[in-house]
Amino acid sequence: MRLRTRLILSLAGCLFISGLERTAFADGPKAFVGARILPIEGEPIEAGVLVVEGKRIVAVGAADQVKVPANAEQIDVKGRVIMPGLICTHSHIGGVGAADGSGPIQPGVRVFDSINVQDSGFRRALAGGLTTLNIMPGSGHLSSGQTSYVKLRFFDSGPRQVEDLFIRDRDNRYLGGLKMANGTNSMRDSPFPGTRGKSAYLVRQKFIEAREYQAKVDGAKDDPTKMPPRDLHLETLVEVMKGTRIVHHHTHRHDDIMTVLRLSREFGFRVVLHHVSEGWKVADQIAAAGAPCSMILVDSPGGKLEARYLRFETGRILEEAGVRVAFHTDDLITDSRYFFRMAALAVRAGMSREKALEGLTLAGAEMLDLQDRVGSLRVGKDADFIILDGDPLSIYSKVLETWVEGQRTFDRSDPDDYLYAVGGFGAGYDITPYLCCYDDSQTGGAK
Amino acid sequence: MSHSNKITLFLVVFTSLIGGSQLSAQVAIHGETIYTMAGDPIKDGVVVVRDGKISAIGRADAIKIPEGFRLLNAKIVTPGLVDAHTSVGLSGMFNQEEDQDQFDRSEPIQPELRAVDAYNSQEDLIAWVRSFGVTTIHTGHAPGELISGQTMIVKTTGTTVEEAALFEARAVAATLSSLARKSDSKSPGTRGKMVSMLRSELIRAQEYTDKLSSTENADDDQEKTPPPRDLRLETLAKVLSGEMPLMVTANRTQDIASALRLAKEFDITIWLDGAAEAYRLTEEILAAGVPVLIHPTMARPTSDLSNLSFETASKLVEAGIPVALQSGYEAYVPKTRVVLFEAGMAAANGLTFEQALATITIDAARILGIQERVGSLEVGKDGDLAMYDGDPFEYTSHCTGVIINGQVVSDSKQ
Repeated sequence: MRLRTRLILSLAGCLFISGLERTAFADGPKAFVGARILPIEGEPIEAGVLVVEGKRIVAVGAADQVKVPANAEQIDVKGRVIMPGLICTHSHIGGVGAADGSGPIQPGVRVFDSINVQDSGFRRALAGGLTTLNIMPGSGHLSSGQTSYVKLRFFDSGPRQVEDLFIRDRDNRYLGGLKMANGTNSMRDSPFPGTRGKSAYLVRQKFIEAREYQAKVDGAKDDPTKMPPRDLHLETLVEVMKGTRIVHHHTHRHDDIMTVLRLSREFGFRVVLHHVSEGWKVADQIAAAGAPCSMILVDSPGGKLEARYLRFETGRILEEAGVRVAFHTDDLITDSRYFFRMAALAVRAGMSREKALEGLTLAGAEMLDLQDRVGSLRVGKDADFIILDGDPLSIYSKVLETWVEGQRTFDRSDPDDYLYAVGGFGAGYDITPYLCCYDDSQTGGAK
Repeated sequence: MSHSNKITLFLVVFTSLIGGSQLSAQVAIHGETIYTMAGDPIKDGVVVVRDGKISAIGRADAIKIPEGFRLLNAKIVTPGLVDAHTSVGLSGMFNQEEDQDQFDRSEPIQPELRAVDAYNSQEDLIAWVRSFGVTTIHTGHAPGELISGQTMIVKTTGTTVEEAALFEARAVAATLSSLARKSDSKSPGTRGKMVSMLRSELIRAQEYTDKLSSTENADDDQEKTPPPRDLRLETLAKVLSGEMPLMVTANRTQDIASALRLAKEFDITIWLDGAAEAYRLTEEILAAGVPVLIHPTMARPTSDLSNLSFETASKLVEAGIPVALQSGYEAYVPKTRVVLFEAGMAAANGLTFEQALATITIDAARILGIQERVGSLEVGKDGDLAMYDGDPFEYTSHCTGVIINGQVVSDSKQ
């Protein structure tokens, strides 16, 4: 609900119902009653009840098992489907641009210093049911910088700055990963690598440098006079080697995938393999390495050589091999408003519905280390959920409402939100994101 | 419109049939539901294809399947799908210089470039779109130059372009949008310049035509010398005569208005292509009698397409404007879209199932002028069919078979 609508409603509230009642409802628990609930962790619940209070889920289950608190506002959602808010492990919304053309490895550059929170892409993402994003810089570098894990907290007047969207840890530090890439996108003129061998060499060299940097830091034993000069790039790689920052690695071809796994072994970093167009060729090897995959499906193979063997069957084959699989929009490569479509196409090619729905939610949460907070409807987790009018995998189903941390952030019946859901005059992008190899002047085009 | 339709029909009649050697297949298709797109759907129906043409269609209990015919079964049967605009076959899968023939960037106006000379009939993306049920495509030079070249209509089969072609020179592809804008001091650098260049070239073509007809009618031998042949002006003369429509890619309201203005000035047949903001000019488009080949429903909302809407198809159909859907031209990933999915998205956003199916079958065929051959399942039409195991628009359904000219060209589950 946007500010304008909210103002009118609260005026109405002053006139027709007592302020006290409104406050009680606004702050008290809300019970969503009667929907088919897909909790993702656990079996679907027919005619279930979901109770949220503040930012959290306080109860979820069958109607006869959940006691609705007496002070709860009851919301009738019979005939609807409720499931967790969707998690996109790889998005470029926000007009982002991290590393520049000065060099191929820039892990110290933070994507969030470039995120425009007013980008209309966020509104479209909410219309698609997305609540958590991993916002990444592009794939034109071996490492284009740090990624940001954000919640789409588009409450009332919307976020004012990117800080309003951050997901933070217990120590209030904002969370994110590191974007890396191999294959052709990051192969360019010097100082960028010209070959795959050179790409891997440059990455190894930098990690070795980071190891030596860390050894100096450790050796200084907190003595400021012995500390090496701070290096933001190397500091970030140290976090990666310590496992506190996950590498999100763009990689398509089977040999590129194996190179990522090789480097991950050598330097002990945790990695999520992204895109994996040829993941189906090395599914057993990916499974053996225990690396999760965040995959993308587009309408056809090709568009570049390393995507020529893209197959709809990748999800099925990875699932059968025992690989944890999530999906991502790569927005604006695919639009967040039809994220469900990707899971549905994977099901078309044999992936199980269960794993496909996990791929839009819990599996993605795990790949961001956020599985204790989001990705399923479980007591204690964030109240991030969506209400649909039918089967999530049907093309005809619509996201009716999106809720983030107990507040409604998208309402299809609100004309302002509807504009972003279906498009139309005024729904346009504000700033075109910078993506490697994507030339906006060619409308969906590339160089 | 009526003038050009006559010419269209004339051309269709005279377009050669697909190579005779392929026409021997005899096949009958049983469908739990057959969407003929020529009347109500038939429950428990049969289509018989003899020598490449539909020879009978109706309820299963009323049709006798001739002896020796191969019988196929499907839950849903539709006409082979018609993609109203793509660049597949010119713009190849790999996106490398050697498989990209949709533009020549040396000049902004090159209507003389024929699609037939650039179409790779064995391109893998053709088989890809065919595997979802697409049997006819209107393809050719892509939007991106003021006039990038000609388009053609082909079946998604055939070893050579001659075998595939249904219509070797269909339209001239023009672009009035940011796509055609040049940087530095090259032309066209502005929208005003785009229109001025198009007008100048059409005027030159008119003068060329006038000169040709004046020499033909001349009494004096000296005056009988015709002007030297000019392939560019010859092609534009066909646009002026109505033989070839000018397909104008225009997405912003102002560009759509410019296209309509141009059509009026030269009294030419145009097809609006893309038309992202067409919902703002429905009355004008309807009044001009111009059909619209709407951008892929799921096109990216950037640049001139920023204000695109999933509901454009339903709004135009409601206004009574002839509409077809397309997979469009893609310059990156995915290298092509699949028009079936684009129509599905339109069906989920305001069109009924059958209206959406019409945008990729009979309505597309009518706009393209090939409705005598394809677009619906009727006796005498080409034996082009697509089979599905459920609602074709649902992502989780599969295309289970594709038939072109009576030949089973795909029978794997896609």
